[in-house]
Amino acid sequence: MSELLLGFADDELIIGWRDSEWTGIAPMLEEDVAFSSIAQNEIGHARAVYQLLSDDADALAFDRPPADYRCAPLVELPLLDWAHTIARRWLYEVADEIRITALMEELPLAAKINREEAYHRMHAEMWHERLRDEPRFRAAVEELWPYTLGVLLPEQREELAARVGLDEVSAVERGMHTDELEPLLEEMTMVRRSAPVGAQW
Amino acid sequence: MGDEQAFLEYVQSGGQVETADWMPADYRAKLVKFIEMHGNSELMGVLPEREWILRAPTLQRKLALTAKVQDEVGHAQLIYRVVEDLGKPREQSLADLTSGKAKFHNVFHYPTKSWGDVGVIAWLVDAAAIISQKALLKCSYAPYARIMKKICWEESFHILHGRDVILAMVTGTHEQFELVQEALNRWWGPLMQFHGNPIPKDDDPMYRWRIKSQGNEEARQQFLEGYVPQIWELGLTVPDPKLRRSDDGVWEYDEPDWDELKHVVTGHGPQTEERLAFRRRFLEQERWVRDVVLAA
Amino acid sequence: MIFEVFRQERKGRPFEHAGSLVAPDAEFAEAWAREQYGRRGESVALWLVPRDAIHDVEGWADEFDMKYRRVDGYSIKARLKEARERTASRIR
Repeated sequence: MSELLLGFADDELIIGWRDSEWTGIAPMLEEDVAFSSIAQNEIGHARAVYQLLSDDADALAFDRPPADYRCAPLVELPLLDWAHTIARRWLYEVADEIRITALMEELPLAAKINREEAYHRMHAEMWHERLRDEPRFRAAVEELWPYTLGVLLPEQREELAARVGLDEVSAVERGMHTDELEPLLEEMTMVRRSAPVGAQW
Repeated sequence: MGDEQAFLEYVQSGGQVETADWMPADYRAKLVKFIEMHGNSELMGVLPEREWILRAPTLQRKLALTAKVQDEVGHAQLIYRVVEDLGKPREQSLADLTSGKAKFHNVFHYPTKSWGDVGVIAWLVDAAAIISQKALLKCSYAPYARIMKKICWEESFHILHGRDVILAMVTGTHEQFELVQEALNRWWGPLMQFHGNPIPKDDDPMYRWRIKSQGNEEARQQFLEGYVPQIWELGLTVPDPKLRRSDDGVWEYDEPDWDELKHVVTGHGPQTEERLAFRRRFLEQERWVRDVVLAA
Repeated sequence: MIFEVFRQERKGRPFEHAGSLVAPDAEFAEAWAREQYGRRGESVALWLVPRDAIHDVEGWADEFDMKYRRVDGYSIKARLKEARERTASRIR
């Protein structure tokens, strides 16, 4: 269970990190504000789960070597173009809903997270509706699909495929990290590492 | 219809102007330029801080800084809407900004070098801004005065956050303290220039029209009065040997570099070109999204 | 489309105009307004109204002295003083 939870928290942390990169540069100002809220929520979820797993959520979030993170490759990808970012958002929310629903059976925190996710799903579905016929979006979804499958356990993927409307393919599995994770963590911990462990910020 | 003299007397006696009211062409033009510059500043202010969102040293700081920058974007949205209702479309404002035609405040033309900058910006730059913004609550143009209420309320969170960041560092390690001092040394010049050169109120058309309700020097004095004691009580020094409060309560200081201010706001700051290019890149890259989404 | 945003701070309070935003439809307007006007818990409800749906009303004629319709049309003080004095003298 805690391996599963750590994976969940790491996914939320890293996708939140990636999505927070859009603060200030989203396609329109109104979306910028909304998108930033979603990114903050994801990081908030990560924090809540880390707090279940450790007394020091920051240490767990920041101080592990790259190999010890349990995030799925999907969230590691740097996707600084809107078609890919919003495609990932949508795919991730569909996967996340399946995962969170399963977790709700054993974890009260999952129910809390689920309630906040309602907005994320509304938002993602709204964009999906608007862009579904747009070639850039379609192409991004297809490209990210194998990665999306890797977010969930094998037994959950049939459901995911049904909801997304694509056939199951070979997944890019959790367990191996992309080359992107290390530079991300490097930048993420740059300031933190500049002071001794335990320094206050 | 229009009597410019009557309008002037009206606004000078506290009269408020709504979007559909008649206004002199000069008033409208100055209003659009002023408000647009504010919107541009909020938007450009995002960029120096954005880098540090990715590098925030704790989850709490990451969230607080993201929320702060999010507010700046939200402010830009409110402000550009006001400009748009005065007749200038947002795409045009953004085009003028990224082409260098329109201006934004000096402080956002400078680089950030460390987490110390994050604290100094949130605490002192936002403090300087909030002084001007509080004065704008009385702007004669009502739609702008109204959005200033939300803006001022949100800015108060920023100052709290900034102060908290600074306090953590000045009570932390010696290196952390030095990081703050070093950042303060670099930001002091731009901060002193921020409120503009001390043109007398009555010579300032923005004041005549009651778009601004406060003179530049008045704002700067308010900033010094409020924040220099706070800076000193933390053991930090201000890099101005002439800075002192005289017996009659007026702060004396070394003359700010007005040439530098002019040079910077006309598009020649150290980071101006790089930041405008960054904005242009994303505006261009995501144009298709606006076309697809906003086209009826 | 321009949507005007009215927000209610707490239950029982009036909906107040808070700003406007540009959105293609009510769905986008909602997604965006929720965060712009609610991320700090400052609203319990929003009304999003297309600007075109708003019928602007201005300008009242006030030609005849209809003071009775306003608070300043009544000068109570003098008569009240008189009534109190009369009551006081009757009690004696």
